[in-house]
Amino acid sequence: MTTAALLEVQGLTKHFPISSGILQTTTGWVRAVDGVDIAVQSGETLGLVGESGCGKSTLGRLIVRLQTPTAGSIRFNGAEIAGLGEAAMFPFRRELQIVFQDPYSALNPRMRIGELLGEPLRIHRKVRGAALDREVRGLLEAVGLPAAAATRYPHEFSGGQRQRIGIARALALRPKLIVCDEPVSALDVSIQAQIVNLLQDLQERFGLSYLFISHDLSVVRHVSDRIAVMYLGRIVEQAPAEALFRRPLHPYTRALMAAAPAPDPRVTVMVAPLEGNVPSAAAPPPGCHFHTRCPYAADICRREPPPALEAYGDGHLVRCWRVAEIG
Amino acid sequence: MTMAADIRPGGGALMRRLWRGGSSKASLLFLGLIVLCAVAPSLLAPFDPYQQDLTKRLLGPVFSERYDAAHLLGTDQLGRDVLSRIIHGAQITLLVSALAVAVSAIAGTVVGLFAGYRGGWIDLVIMRIIDMQLAFPVMLLVIAVVAVVGPSLVNLILIMGLSGWPRFARVARGSVLSAKEMDYVDAARAVGTGRWRIMFHHILPNIMSALIVYASFELARMILLEASLSFLGLGVQPPIPTWGGMINDGRQYIFQAWSVSFFPGLAILALILTFNMLGDDLRDALDPRLANE
Repeated sequence: MTTAALLEVQGLTKHFPISSGILQTTTGWVRAVDGVDIAVQSGETLGLVGESGCGKSTLGRLIVRLQTPTAGSIRFNGAEIAGLGEAAMFPFRRELQIVFQDPYSALNPRMRIGELLGEPLRIHRKVRGAALDREVRGLLEAVGLPAAAATRYPHEFSGGQRQRIGIARALALRPKLIVCDEPVSALDVSIQAQIVNLLQDLQERFGLSYLFISHDLSVVRHVSDRIAVMYLGRIVEQAPAEALFRRPLHPYTRALMAAAPAPDPRVTVMVAPLEGNVPSAAAPPPGCHFHTRCPYAADICRREPPPALEAYGDGHLVRCWRVAEIG
Repeated sequence: MTMAADIRPGGGALMRRLWRGGSSKASLLFLGLIVLCAVAPSLLAPFDPYQQDLTKRLLGPVFSERYDAAHLLGTDQLGRDVLSRIIHGAQITLLVSALAVAVSAIAGTVVGLFAGYRGGWIDLVIMRIIDMQLAFPVMLLVIAVVAVVGPSLVNLILIMGLSGWPRFARVARGSVLSAKEMDYVDAARAVGTGRWRIMFHHILPNIMSALIVYASFELARMILLEASLSFLGLGVQPPIPTWGGMINDGRQYIFQAWSVSFFPGLAILALILTFNMLGDDLRDALDPRLANE
């Protein structure tokens, strides 16, 4: 990568304490995010896939600093934001926004849409009165909703419309990067395509970059320039979208693809589907986190964590001991 | 739970729904009557509540043996009309208990919001303080404080109000804990909304229904507390009529004239029952799952 990335995450770690007993003493740690390195270039969409509970949502929330990382660095536009307090973080909030999965819980039921969309503008740019109304109308128009929506409450809208409102709110401050945390997973399939297309249109119109989190491989493939695959708090593979689908290298990526319904029945991936569940992030297996479910696991996989992401042809980065043998 | 919680009735819709229920209609009507008594007692009361007539002491109600048709509920030991005193007494009872609930609701909600939203050690400390105050008998606390600062109306309201804040704080905190997990709170944070604005502008409106229901039950409790204090002579001082004070007046004559204590007691009972029933009905009326029928 020649130019500096818009977002550069290095060794990002978030451990949540597990407390128990009446004294609430810490008895363990959930390693939700365990040393993640990713980068998002300006104008690009980085897809982030993984099973439920692998830490992908936590990673997204760390990046927009809804949570404070335990360790590691988040560089946004060259500035380090991992350790910033609320006040120091304030100017970065303009440039770094998030769209949530559940459009029902994401909009305050007691606030009118106009108030909801106007809040970021009032707080950051001190926009008031008629100018504010104009901006809100512009936002609604950008996401394909009528201006009259401003005076209504969230419960008057459908799931898809609500997600549009959520996107409009994220857009309000003209951010550079939007973390989309499973933005279409809670929607009907017919609505999903509309929202995905909207996100792509907005990307073009406003020059946005996305970190697109999803468990749906086909959606991620459609929207992403590059894709990162996450398993139990670690990125196991990262590659340009087409390269990843053409030749998945990590055994976990292969298993994920085998589990996804194939749109083209002639393509068959000869990998056994995954067995068992994701191990607990509170007690991850030693060595490679995936070895308990990996058909290629060798002794070294059980003993030592694989080396950091290694380049492996056509933009591929893989974290696996045995990639040379099985690739 | 699906978040159907956003289908919330406005004030008008809420009143309509309450009015439809049988018990809630009865509660509202009775409450309206008491409020009317409190606002314009001289309009309803047949006599001046302070007017003594020692020739007509301790008369019984109209259906008893010794009665005067003018005094429907009889007279007390100084010949004052019991009905008129009950009607005038509603003023003190409602004023003191409503303002006391307001004081405890405001103080408790602010503390509960803060504790619930901040969490961590701040929450822990506040909750232990609340536990301590709740472990202390409210009656004893109020008696001690009244004994020190004196039983003026303002003191009474403040003391009763401050004795009630821990319960409100608990209710508020509990509601905050679930409300603050909603994505809209995170969305507000992601935009850079300040902590206080999130607490009062985003969370508070969403926990109001729980607080309103609780306030109704607290009103019932405060009425009883006010009556108890007046009975003990620590409330509003005679000759101002209060229901608790009237029970105390009649206590010495209970074997000659039971009605002097009985009717104010009945008024207390009815008003407390009203607020408790209203609280139950409010809970149902504010339940979002029933909201769209």
